[in-house]
Amino acid sequence: MKRSRSFVLAFFVLRMTTLSLAQASIPEQGLDPARILNPPDDAWLTYGGDYSGRRYSSLTHLNQSNVKNLSLAWATRVVVGPEGPPGTPPVIIGGTDKGADARFAVKIRGSLLQVNGILYVTSPDNAWALDARDGHEIWHYYWKVKGGTHTGNRGVGVWHNWVYIETPDNYLVCLDARTGKERWHKEIASFDLQYFSSMSPIVIGNHLIVGTGNDMDEPGLLKSFDPDTGDLQWTFYTVPMKKGNPGAETWPNIDAASHGGGNTWTPGSYDPETHLYIFGTGNPSPAFTSQTRPGDNLYTCALLAVNVDTGKMAWWFQTSPHDTHDYDSAQTPVLFDGEFNGKPRKMVGTLARNGFFFTLDRVTGEHLVTRKIADTVNWDMGIDKRGEPINDPAKDYAVGGALVSPSPLGITNWAPQSYDPQTKLFYVHTTETYTVAYLGTLDPRGSMGLTGVPSLSLGSVANRLLAVDYKTGKTVWNHRYPGVGGSDVQSDFPGLLATAGNLLFAPDPSGNLVAHDALNGKPLWHARIGGTNAPETYMLDEHQYVIEGAGDMVYAFVLN
Amino acid sequence: MGPNLLRSAVVLEDQNSELITPIVHGGRLQQGMPRINITDGQISDIAAWLHNFNPIGKGVQFHEPINIVTGDAKAGEAYFQKTCGACHSATGDLAGIASRIAVPKMLQQTWLLPGAGSAHVPGLHVPPIGVTVTLANGKKVTGDLVSVSDFYVGMVTPGGEPRSFARDGDVPKVELHDPLAGHRELLPKYRDNDIHNVTAYLVTLK
Repeated sequence: MKRSRSFVLAFFVLRMTTLSLAQASIPEQGLDPARILNPPDDAWLTYGGDYSGRRYSSLTHLNQSNVKNLSLAWATRVVVGPEGPPGTPPVIIGGTDKGADARFAVKIRGSLLQVNGILYVTSPDNAWALDARDGHEIWHYYWKVKGGTHTGNRGVGVWHNWVYIETPDNYLVCLDARTGKERWHKEIASFDLQYFSSMSPIVIGNHLIVGTGNDMDEPGLLKSFDPDTGDLQWTFYTVPMKKGNPGAETWPNIDAASHGGGNTWTPGSYDPETHLYIFGTGNPSPAFTSQTRPGDNLYTCALLAVNVDTGKMAWWFQTSPHDTHDYDSAQTPVLFDGEFNGKPRKMVGTLARNGFFFTLDRVTGEHLVTRKIADTVNWDMGIDKRGEPINDPAKDYAVGGALVSPSPLGITNWAPQSYDPQTKLFYVHTTETYTVAYLGTLDPRGSMGLTGVPSLSLGSVANRLLAVDYKTGKTVWNHRYPGVGGSDVQSDFPGLLATAGNLLFAPDPSGNLVAHDALNGKPLWHARIGGTNAPETYMLDEHQYVIEGAGDMVYAFVLN
Repeated sequence: MGPNLLRSAVVLEDQNSELITPIVHGGRLQQGMPRINITDGQISDIAAWLHNFNPIGKGVQFHEPINIVTGDAKAGEAYFQKTCGACHSATGDLAGIASRIAVPKMLQQTWLLPGAGSAHVPGLHVPPIGVTVTLANGKKVTGDLVSVSDFYVGMVTPGGEPRSFARDGDVPKVELHDPLAGHRELLPKYRDNDIHNVTAYLVTLK
């Protein structure tokens, strides 16, 4: 697409229009959570659009024959902090009495929910409501924060007339969707224990599912809150907290287990038939100085299924038993139905950060497929009878250095993967990274969390967009991005969207939002906007829109 | 189970039990910790034991002087001659490399893939990636690569002029000349012992 000059002009014209419309209001329609079970085409109602995590839209207005006509509708810049740009409504300020004014740069790295024509956009400490028709700001909520990791925020959840956001200092904040005014906030986890929260709250019926991150030694947890009152419904810990708990036998002692990590910083998916919320867990703690935690370290680096009504675990599958490389398995699992070995199956698939692709039965957790996605992956000694990769201790670290692929940032990371039920292909970005893992300390006793990161990156040697057959884990087509590789920074690959128009939207490592032919990967359209989150699509006023965040910008493209 | 003392601000700031002692003697009754009737000497011993640990969390790097040179220099020389000798020599471009890059870990990271990732050696010259664009009329434009994607290639010509071209599939033809291609191709082939041996050899090239 060659429209950069006209785009700049359009932006300023649109922004001027914005100023005159800044006081528009939101219709009082709200979001009945039952709608998320059968999401309409004219909305994006939860992190993945629906509960499946497929990032797939059945819309066909935009397709291979007309995608060349996709053009910019509007672009809006959002500004963090207690003072909005001229012409925007006064910023609504929240926070505890210990919060401070901390203006971290805007990083749109989560989903933008579109409900009733309103887009909800987030960055750590900030939430905005924008009019989806022209991008003008309706309200901006700003949270004065105590601190915490500000790496990103994955978006809001919406339940009836209420919007929910997690804060870096671990509060769940309920806002009025129409005005942005705060209704209540509840503490999710202790800031003093170095938890931080970035996950998009997931609305399931009368449950509000939230998770947290922690780079020290605190246990991963999932909580369910009443979305109306904010009362806690249940807490699920991802590691054994008491002697005799399931999985305790995979740790040297209960103290190690209950300080063993397994955090829940990325949204999961949900199967309405089984009432199972299926999600991934992060690294065991300490991440690299693993000498202090022999064993598989359940349920870290795993896929877990938890019943949303009870908070009890139904099944688990560990993608990296006894992980020693910080290979979080926190990417959002993808739920899909299909044929496997001649029989219909309800499945869940994921490419884990460790470089292995997995297909499981999502009802039982039964393992179906494990396959290494790239020949560069070298940290394992094969696959065990459960279908789980076997960690190679020689690659944990070495005094002289162990050459390991992928690096701790992974062959993929949090960015959403996609599945297209028409092509029956699973789509994912990969970057083939290397690192050298050294012995960091002769005294591991005091090590906690992401201790020291005693490995040195060698960057990436190849970046690719892959289409994978879920039945075998084999790559069906592979689009290698031009160049010789580069850094191992995963923010270059912010996630995917497949549509029934046989299109696969993928932000490339050069900042282009690209529409590919979903059947062979051929690029069909592009716009260089520097995208930082996964694209989304919906109908609005009988036009199909494609939106993406890019740093502090939101771009909306439309098929006219 | 009580709090993790290795993460306690009191323990971290305590030097010689001066902060720990009053808490042990006075307790923290509201937080459920009773007074503990032990001697100052016993508290000092416990404090010394706590300080014996090395509590390290995110953002804190190890600085222990662990010697990473564990390989066999002779085996490393043989491997070097066989694998690297076509492009490099100990008496040519790598003469004195161990003096120019004195820290063995940095030397190892650098020879594996110069200038890559998190190892940065001041003054290290990494040759740029070259690019040749063949236009529809057959004319070739060459330069140092700035950026390349499926839709664009940018370069700086030998005369210092920035040039760029839109790409549509394979038109125009773009060829990259990666001076480190050999390094990248070797990464999947190394055994860790090979790496250790080559480093043990290179550190002798003072």
